[in-house]
Amino acid sequence: MNEENFTPKITGDRIKAYLEEGKRFDGRTPDQFREIKIEKDISKKAEGSVRVKLGKSEVLVGVKMKVVEPYADSPDEGVLMTTADLLPISSERFESGPPKFPAIELGRVIDRGLRESGFIDFKKLCIKEGEKVWNIFVDIYSLNEDGNLLDAGMLGAIIALKSARIPHYDIEEDKIDYEKEATEKIPLSEPPISITVHKLGDNFLVDPTREEEDVSDARITFGISGEIISSVQKGESGSIDLEKMKEAIDLAEKVSKNVRKEIEKYLD
Amino acid sequence: MVQGEKKMSEFKRPDGRKNDELRPIEAKVGIIPNADGSAMYRSGDTVAIAAVYGPKKMHPQHQQDPSKGKLRCTYNMLSFSVSDRIRPGLNRRSTEIGKITEWALDPVLDLSKFPNMVVDVHIHITQADAGTRCAGINAASMALAQAGLPMKDLVTSVAMGKLDRTIVVDLTKEEEDWEEGEGPTDIPLSMTKDGKITHLQLDGKISPSQLKEAIDLSRKACAEVYEIQKKALKEAIEKNE
Repeated sequence: MNEENFTPKITGDRIKAYLEEGKRFDGRTPDQFREIKIEKDISKKAEGSVRVKLGKSEVLVGVKMKVVEPYADSPDEGVLMTTADLLPISSERFESGPPKFPAIELGRVIDRGLRESGFIDFKKLCIKEGEKVWNIFVDIYSLNEDGNLLDAGMLGAIIALKSARIPHYDIEEDKIDYEKEATEKIPLSEPPISITVHKLGDNFLVDPTREEEDVSDARITFGISGEIISSVQKGESGSIDLEKMKEAIDLAEKVSKNVRKEIEKYLD
Repeated sequence: MVQGEKKMSEFKRPDGRKNDELRPIEAKVGIIPNADGSAMYRSGDTVAIAAVYGPKKMHPQHQQDPSKGKLRCTYNMLSFSVSDRIRPGLNRRSTEIGKITEWALDPVLDLSKFPNMVVDVHIHITQADAGTRCAGINAASMALAQAGLPMKDLVTSVAMGKLDRTIVVDLTKEEEDWEEGEGPTDIPLSMTKDGKITHLQLDGKISPSQLKEAIDLSRKACAEVYEIQKKALKEAIEKNE
C-alpha cells in the first residue's frame, strides 16, 4: 500500500471528534448506511449478476454454476465457492497480482456468511448422490473502493444468487446447454445480511467511507439472517470491551433490519 | 447456428446486419470516481470497462525509464463474462492482450514529460460476445483522454472478419464460431483517425487481396467508432462544467 494515499492522522482525529457528538463528515448518523443502488443482470453470460453501489463504493457480483463431483464427506450436497478480487481498477491502493490478504478475507467472510446462514439448500443441489452435484461460484469484484466493500459484496452475493437461474444440464451428454432457457431458481431461504460495525475511539459506526475505515481501531462483521447471527469476524488489532461488544451486537441487529427492508424489492 | 451451404451472394449475417454494419454501440466516460480517467464501451453484448491511474512513480524501480514515462496495460475477463466460468486472475491470453493493447495505444501517447513514471491502464470485460480486445482498446483510449494525458489522437479499434468468403465488420461470438465454407477469420485491428494502424492481428485463412479489402473496410467502421468516442468525451466534459 502506498503510504501517501493513507488518511492522515489529523483527519482521523477530526473524524473521531465529530463522532463523539454523533456526527459524520457526510452528515450521516453513526447507524446510517449510504444510499444502496442495485442494478441486476449486468452480464448475460452469468447465471445471476448484479452491480451494487453503496455510496461511492461499487462492486460487481456474478454467479456461475458447473456440475462437479461432490466432496466425499457430503456426497449429497452441492458445493459453494466464493472468491473476491480487489481490482486495481477500483483504487490506486490495489495492485495487480495474486490476491492479498484483504481480498482473501473478504471472500472467506462472505463465503461463511452465505454458508452458515443456511441460505442455500445444498441438498437440493444434488443431481446424483456421490457423483454429480451443482457447484455454485460467487465471484465478487470491486469496481470503485470507498469503504465497506464487505457489506456491499454480501448484498451483491445474495441478490445475484436470488436472481440466478440454474442452466440446463444434459445428464446424458454430461454438459450444460446454454442454448436452452434456464428457468429454475437456486433453492434459497432467508438471506444473510452482513453488517460491519467499526470502533473509532469509544464510538461505533456502520458503513464507513474509505477515510473512516482507515482510522477505525477495530471492526466486527456480523452475518445476520432474520433474528439469527450465523457468522462473525472481528478484524484489526483494537480490542472491544465486553459491554461495548454487546452494544455492537444490538447496533448490528438494528441496522441489519433497516438494510433488509431497503433491499427487499430486489430479492424477488 | 446457420445451416446449409451459403454462397457469397446469398450470405446473411445471423443477426441480420449488413456486412459493414457495426453492432449498437454505447460509450460512457467517467464511470469510476477513484480513477484519473475511466470509460465504458459496449458493442452489442460485449462490454468493456477501463480505468487509468497515473502518471505515478514506477514500481518496481528497475523498470523506470529516465527518458520518458511508460504505459502499462492489463486486460482481464471477469469470471462470469462468458458461459464457461473463467478462473479469476491473469492467464496467458490476457497477458498477451494486455501487451497488444499497450502497443496499440502507445503511439498516440506522449509521456516524454513524465520520466520514471508509469501510467496504468486496467481493462476488464464484464460481458463477452467477441471483439473484447477491441472494446477494451476503445474504452482505454477514451479513459486516457479523460485522464488528460498528452495524446496526439484517439485510437479506435474494430474486429474485422471474413465469414466464408465475405468480409464483415464487428464479429459476434456466433459469427466467430462459423464453420461454413472457408470458415471464420478474425482480424482485430486498431488505428488512429488519420489511418495509422497501431494494432493488427489475424486468425484464420485469407488471401492477401482480401486482407487489403478488410483493412480498407475497417477505415469506415473506425471512423464511426471514433465519432462515438469523441461524443462520449464531450458529454463527460460538459457534465463536469
